[in-house]
Amino acid sequence: MGRLAALVLAVLVGACALAPWYAAHVSGMDPFRTNVLGALPDGTPVLAAQELGVTPAGPTGRGAYLLGADGLGRDVAARLLYGGRVSLGIAFVATVLCLVLSTVLGVAAGFLAGPADAVIAGTLDLLWAFPVTLLAICLAAVLAGSSESDSLALPTAILSIVYIPYVARPIRAEVAGLRGAEFVTAARSVGAGPWRILWRHVLPQLRGTLLAFLPLIAAMVLLTEASLSILSVGVQAPYASWGTLIADGQALLYVRPLVAIAPGVLIMATVLSLNALAQSMARE
Amino acid sequence: MTLLRPLLVVFGQSVLVFLIFFAIPGNDPAARLAGRGAPAETIAAVRAEYGLDQPLPLQYVTVMRRLFVTQDLPSFVNRGQLVVPAVLRAAPITLALAVGAAVLWCAAGLLIGLGGRGRVWDGVVLGAGLVGTSIPVFWLGEIVNLVTQSRYRAWFGWVPPLGVTPVSVGGFLAQMALPCATLAVVYAGVYGRVLRTSIGAAAARPHVRTARAKGLSDGTVLRRHVLPGALGPAVALLGLDLGALLGGGTILVEVVFGLPGLGRLTYTALTTLDLAMVMACTLYAAVLVAVCGVVADAVTARLAGPVG
Repeated sequence: MGRLAALVLAVLVGACALAPWYAAHVSGMDPFRTNVLGALPDGTPVLAAQELGVTPAGPTGRGAYLLGADGLGRDVAARLLYGGRVSLGIAFVATVLCLVLSTVLGVAAGFLAGPADAVIAGTLDLLWAFPVTLLAICLAAVLAGSSESDSLALPTAILSIVYIPYVARPIRAEVAGLRGAEFVTAARSVGAGPWRILWRHVLPQLRGTLLAFLPLIAAMVLLTEASLSILSVGVQAPYASWGTLIADGQALLYVRPLVAIAPGVLIMATVLSLNALAQSMARE
Repeated sequence: MTLLRPLLVVFGQSVLVFLIFFAIPGNDPAARLAGRGAPAETIAAVRAEYGLDQPLPLQYVTVMRRLFVTQDLPSFVNRGQLVVPAVLRAAPITLALAVGAAVLWCAAGLLIGLGGRGRVWDGVVLGAGLVGTSIPVFWLGEIVNLVTQSRYRAWFGWVPPLGVTPVSVGGFLAQMALPCATLAVVYAGVYGRVLRTSIGAAAARPHVRTARAKGLSDGTVLRRHVLPGALGPAVALLGLDLGALLGGGTILVEVVFGLPGLGRLTYTALTTLDLAMVMACTLYAAVLVAVCGVVADAVTARLAGPVG
């Protein structure tokens, strides 16, 4: 199960990495430029006028518009791959940031003990009890107005912060346990300083915990990014993520369901693989 | 005593939310609350209304008093609409959605928990749990809408069109059925797995063997001796998951099905960046979550009490 999941993930990441190549050589058009008046090779318009609004072309089965066009005449398949770059990129960076920040906070609290521990642990407890979705929404709503909105950094930063309590609390507990461990006492008695003990004896012990959290946090971050983007406070145009693609496809749901359904399938495939990977790692 | 902790948590959360909305540096909070491109008079009105010229602790007291005591905090984006009455009107829908979904997934979880044993079933249940937690719920709702509102509309005539306010109890139930079921799909597998494990463990305890030995029927043994000892983990989990649903977990479902609950209110407020409304929705949701936690703790303590 773990191998299959890793394979699916590798295929998804590889495909999204090749997005520019796909756009240039297979779909043959810029997936960020609207194509309202264009036509398919067989002469049918990309956007067919209807009584109310337009119906974009459906799947062609050929290179151009393989999965059809979206409401602005853009290639759905190429946009899916570009959306994957954003979604997977945010998930990866936010997860790594979250693990790094959690390690710093958890180790600081667990290793220093005393008042520093009380402050950090208390704050983490408070954040832990606060619903993640609402915390992310509040931060996104407040910051949406104040930073330049064409940035991917804002959702990444928010997502890396909101999951810190989930990781930092167990790390703090683990480090607090290690502080009294015999090999740490032994290292101290031969004159090792606190930095050396941290670096050589405590941090290596945390590797297993951090590795176990990696796929779990990535899965949660991916789903939450999609939620924030659907709620209009995540990734902003001109960037597109799988979440914004779902939101954009909503208007076409009954006419061209694939536009909204396809990005959801990719989100689910990625999250399922990550969860399956976490499950198989937990069993070993 | 048991109420002190949740009260402290809610207080801490209110401070946290207040700091997010009023103390994050970079932009004037009054300008944020007034909405995009608000004129100077509106910003000045916001400053007066929220007491933003006072020091932070006084601002906190002012905002919380107007949110929870006098409940007359206006939204400046939405032409002075009072936010708290809107929140209180929307909350029952969200509560009904979360509780309805919980009833469905607990029923499904119990069926799975009592169902077939053996390695094949273990795999199926594990898989169902993994798939459930990996589904983007908004997307699942879209598929449900596609099937019931468009493609197979003929079979789903009983489902009211999206965004229609039902006038009867039956209409309300019909409107809530699919949103609740959509949410339940996400959780059913996990609860099935938890209940399978705990029911298996409870059934192997000596007092169950004794009960069986004295000739009680299977149903009675299950009801009186197995289930009371097996429900604890699921109830504890239920408290957390209901909390997560009330704390924003229903937003996407309400949006995709057009239910006028807290989540949809939050969504509309987000699209117009109506921060006063977002803040009110968040804080009232935090209170709901805390209440839910207290109830779950009480039920867990009751179940863990003298085994019947």
